Amino acid sequence: MNFDISEEQELLQDTIRQFMANECPTTHLREVFESETGFDATLWKGMAELGLVGLHLDDEYGGAGLEIIDLALVAESLGYGGAPGPFLGHVLAGLAIQLAGSDAQKQTWLPSLATGDAIGTVALGEVGGGWQPEEWTLAAGSTLSGVKLNVPYASIAEVIVVGVEGGGLVLVEKGASGVEIQPIEGVDRARRIDAVTFESTPCEALPEGAAQSGRVRDAALVLLAADAFGSGSRLVDMSVAYAKTREQFGVTIEHFQAVKHQLANMAVELEPSRGLFWYAAHAFDHVQDESQRAAALAKAHISDRVMQIARDSVEAHGGIGFTWECDVQLWFKRSMFNRAFLGTPSVHRERAAQMGGW
Amino acid sequence: MDLSYGKEYEEFREEVRDFLGANWPPGGDKDRYPTKEETCQFRDDATAKGYLRRSIPKQYGGSEQPPDEIRGAILREEFTRARAPMDPPGIGTMMLVPTLLDRGEAWQKEKFVPPTTRGDINWCQGYSEPGSGSDLASLKTRGELVGDEWVINGQKIWTSGATNADYMFCLVRTEPDAPKHAGISYLLIDMNQEGMDVRPLKQMTGGSDFNEVFLTDVRTPKDWIVGKRGEGWLVSRTTLKHERNSIGAAAQSSAMFQGILHLAKSTSSGGRPNIEDPSIRQRLAEIEGYVRAHEYSGYRQMTRNARNEDPGIIQMMNKLNSTNISHMVSKLALDLLGDDGLLDPTSTSRAGYRPSDNRSWITQYMYSLGIAVAGGTANIQRNVIGERGLGLPRDSAANRSA
Repeated sequence: MNFDISEEQELLQDTIRQFMANECPTTHLREVFESETGFDATLWKGMAELGLVGLHLDDEYGGAGLEIIDLALVAESLGYGGAPGPFLGHVLAGLAIQLAGSDAQKQTWLPSLATGDAIGTVALGEVGGGWQPEEWTLAAGSTLSGVKLNVPYASIAEVIVVGVEGGGLVLVEKGASGVEIQPIEGVDRARRIDAVTFESTPCEALPEGAAQSGRVRDAALVLLAADAFGSGSRLVDMSVAYAKTREQFGVTIEHFQAVKHQLANMAVELEPSRGLFWYAAHAFDHVQDESQRAAALAKAHISDRVMQIARDSVEAHGGIGFTWECDVQLWFKRSMFNRAFLGTPSVHRERAAQMGGW
Repeated sequence: MDLSYGKEYEEFREEVRDFLGANWPPGGDKDRYPTKEETCQFRDDATAKGYLRRSIPKQYGGSEQPPDEIRGAILREEFTRARAPMDPPGIGTMMLVPTLLDRGEAWQKEKFVPPTTRGDINWCQGYSEPGSGSDLASLKTRGELVGDEWVINGQKIWTSGATNADYMFCLVRTEPDAPKHAGISYLLIDMNQEGMDVRPLKQMTGGSDFNEVFLTDVRTPKDWIVGKRGEGWLVSRTTLKHERNSIGAAAQSSAMFQGILHLAKSTSSGGRPNIEDPSIRQRLAEIEGYVRAHEYSGYRQMTRNARNEDPGIIQMMNKLNSTNISHMVSKLALDLLGDDGLLDPTSTSRAGYRPSDNRSWITQYMYSLGIAVAGGTANIQRNVIGERGLGLPRDSAANRSA
């Protein structure tokens, strides 16, 4: 019995926390948040140099050959740090090509995705929801036409992995004809999204796309759950720290039992769920027949709980918590992204119900 | 990460299974209830194998095994599977015995530990009082030394099992002039004497699990004290856990979830099975999120405990977590029961007949509130999590009185 992370994994998380504290303090996060592009090339380079963006790719393509559990622990730490940028779409694009691509496709894309020199992303969402492989409608042959929504950082991506009719996956390269990218004004300005319209755009199918797109979705759910958990930890820490400094009636408000209980409730909603994303990641790597359902439950539960924790955090901060200048809003909006991206909790609860044979 | 117990432990599991296959039920006879003697013999044999009385030294009839979180878990799993009895349940084996082993005199251990662990004598716990619940150290039951005997007067409440207990371990104020916590002693008292008046408390469920105990000039020998005079508070804090049951609370939550899932499948509303109702499916899946989270937290604690590492804040959350899940399950159960939620669970009337399983859910709907209060209210749990887990200051009122 060993349901715990290893010392190396703890060290990895410590390293990322330290990196984020040094390279992306909230003052800097705010600058990226309010910038035109929501992308900080220097920060991205730093993350790439730490090996975070190709951790899960095979050694032969310049990755670290690690597992989804490791990537999830990275996502947790980045969520805690509020890391802005294209991490999520990028690692999913790499995973999709690794799982479903031909040798030539892997050879072409994985080395530059592993180093972060090329940024990749995934186009999964469609009009009116449509996040799941069985809901994708875009017909693709040698060309592709139609609209994908909520595509992370499409404007700076060298390659987009697009989900198409029948649950397949195709690659579209930067500069391909007939691609129009329009920024969507997303609520989480630390993770930008675009609408991408394809008009007879040349594309290349990933041979195993239809067989692997569900796996890519499951990995995405695990990473969102992990990011949400990290965000929740940050919100609890911020709220505890605030209660220790804010004074009313001549004492810090941490002395009031109402405040203490609110903070304890937030912690109890959060802390036990750590094992949910650990297990979902572990199942992805080693218990494949449980992986889909575990990922669905983890994403539904943690993103939902953390959204409520974010609301509680605003309340725990009082009036200042409602302002743009208070950092709580940064993680509040991160939580909104984690909750909605790839489908709301109710979508994944219903999926879990079906998979459970209910 | 590896959720299996590993080869060495799986061999141990096989050994336990073989033992159980050969010894339980007695004579291999599944159709009759084992006699008390057979159960005692089984427990002695299991102890000889090192499976029971694991934390008890050999000189007091135990098997004196080194603490091993995982062997403990395997034993619970296999004994449960075989429906075989483990150490006698109850507050005597859970609380008194560890306390005596840590703090008691040699003669006290000899006299009380073996019969308690064999299940020959039963104990009840005299802690709470009508005016002393969360603020237990304010207790008022008084003990005076008169000659060679303590003479005790007062009232205890929420005393589980007092009706069939042979003895009570009891917190009594023996030093009225000392500060609150320093004025309490830990006394052992024979329940079978005049002046011991046990009155069952009728619960909102209709059942009686707890009692009030009135003590009027109750007597106990001078040396039936554990620790010194005035040390009772410290003695009562002895919570030596030889092998923590890290996954026990979570296993109960999982079992409860299986129950509610079954109820959703076996009940209908408006001609449609409840399990097909989208809102019911949502609630079930939401509860399952909590239940699985609780379960994996148990594995995490077991891993850390097995390595003698501190599991951290999660260890303080088990009770509140269980309570929250129990509330959610109970509320859903009442919705699934529909009109059966009108019925008194204790009624045996045939009018308004419903399956007895449903009746137990109505009881559970109320019982979940009892769980939230017993052994430290949810609000006290929140204090513990806030103070010890999040580093928030102790309640100022509690500070003043301490």
